[in-house]
Amino acid sequence: MAEKKPHLDESHAEAASGGIPQLDFSTWAGQIFWLIVIFAILYFVLAKFILPKLGNGLAERSDHIADDLDAASRFQKDAEEAEKAYTHALADARAKAHNVAETTRKSVDAEVATELEAAEAEAARQTDAAEARIKTLRDKAMSNIDEIAEKTADEIFTNFIGKSATPAKLKAALKSI
Amino acid sequence: MASDPMEQFQIKKIFDLDLAGLNIPFTNSSLWMAVAAISVIGFFALTTKGKLVPGRMQSVGEMSYEFLANMVKDTTGPEAMKFFPFVFTIFFFILFANLIGMSPYAFTTTSHLAVTAALAVFTILMVIVAGIVKNGLKWFKIFAPSGLPILMYIIIIPIEIVSFLSRPLTLAVRLFANMTAGHVMLKLFAIFAAFLVGQGGIMAGASIAPVIGTMGIIALEFLVAGLQAFVFAILTCVYLNDVYHVDH
Repeated sequence: MAEKKPHLDESHAEAASGGIPQLDFSTWAGQIFWLIVIFAILYFVLAKFILPKLGNGLAERSDHIADDLDAASRFQKDAEEAEKAYTHALADARAKAHNVAETTRKSVDAEVATELEAAEAEAARQTDAAEARIKTLRDKAMSNIDEIAEKTADEIFTNFIGKSATPAKLKAALKSI
Repeated sequence: MASDPMEQFQIKKIFDLDLAGLNIPFTNSSLWMAVAAISVIGFFALTTKGKLVPGRMQSVGEMSYEFLANMVKDTTGPEAMKFFPFVFTIFFFILFANLIGMSPYAFTTTSHLAVTAALAVFTILMVIVAGIVKNGLKWFKIFAPSGLPILMYIIIIPIEIVSFLSRPLTLAVRLFANMTAGHVMLKLFAIFAAFLVGQGGIMAGASIAPVIGTMGIIALEFLVAGLQAFVFAILTCVYLNDVYHVDH
């Protein structure tokens, strides 16, 4: 039962005059009672409301950070894989391009070689034909020369001697020159 | 101005209360205990906003949580986290009571042996009860370390019992004596300064020395306020070791 006293009690001060107030045991029961009440309330509030909230907040944050780190490492792995795929594709494309260039070069080379061969053969053939023609023309010319020389010699002979030489003798004479 | 340095420790009744024949008045001591408890709750109500990215206040709350949680884990072990709320409460109750006691006209509840003794006895009783609940009667082996010759136990067991029983005593007296002595010193220096000013003349000028002394003691007392709360909390953790580690 609460009983209010109008005046502030001085009895404790008097009781303490003999020693320090801390050793005035008449105040102990009151102090300890209120300590227990107040401490219990404080403990209850802290343990039931404040500490779980603080602890959850901290746990949530560390979870969040761990999740984010996981996600970051996953993204990094993805990026690395993408880079690997990219370099792979690049290398493939390069090899393919190289192949194409090589085959094209080879076919072009072969074509050039065949055309060159054909051209050479054509050239050789034409050269042969030309040479043959030159040869016939020269032969013809040579035989014409013989004829002209014979005629000229016959005329010269006729003019000098006044009678024509026998063609067989003329020919033999011309040959011996 | 009161010239008695012990006057500041007077318990003054605010209203009277009788419960089951026991006189338990609500006093200035009770009032300042309530102020300390409400301050702790108010402080942490401001710090538990539960934001993912903490602000300044939330950081302070989370740092104190982690500081005390690590203290319990490092000193006693992760299994002692059951007692973490108790250690947390005792640390912040004592810290705030000490700090609030530093402000003028405030009453320092922790300068009273009744309060510190109650806290210390409760802590030790909690260790004993928790130890027996956890280990049964084997818990009493903490008084008899294993692997000693029989003859040694005659000496060791009384020593262990005395050292165990002295724990609440030292726990209580350490806090009470520190707070009382600090406040008495502060009061003495202040009274001396006031006395010198009252003398007038050159003596009044000399009062600068005790004023500087008072300032030094105030700084020291703030350190002691934090340190004693820490010491009480860490010793609680050390004593809680006996609950979990019977073979030491």
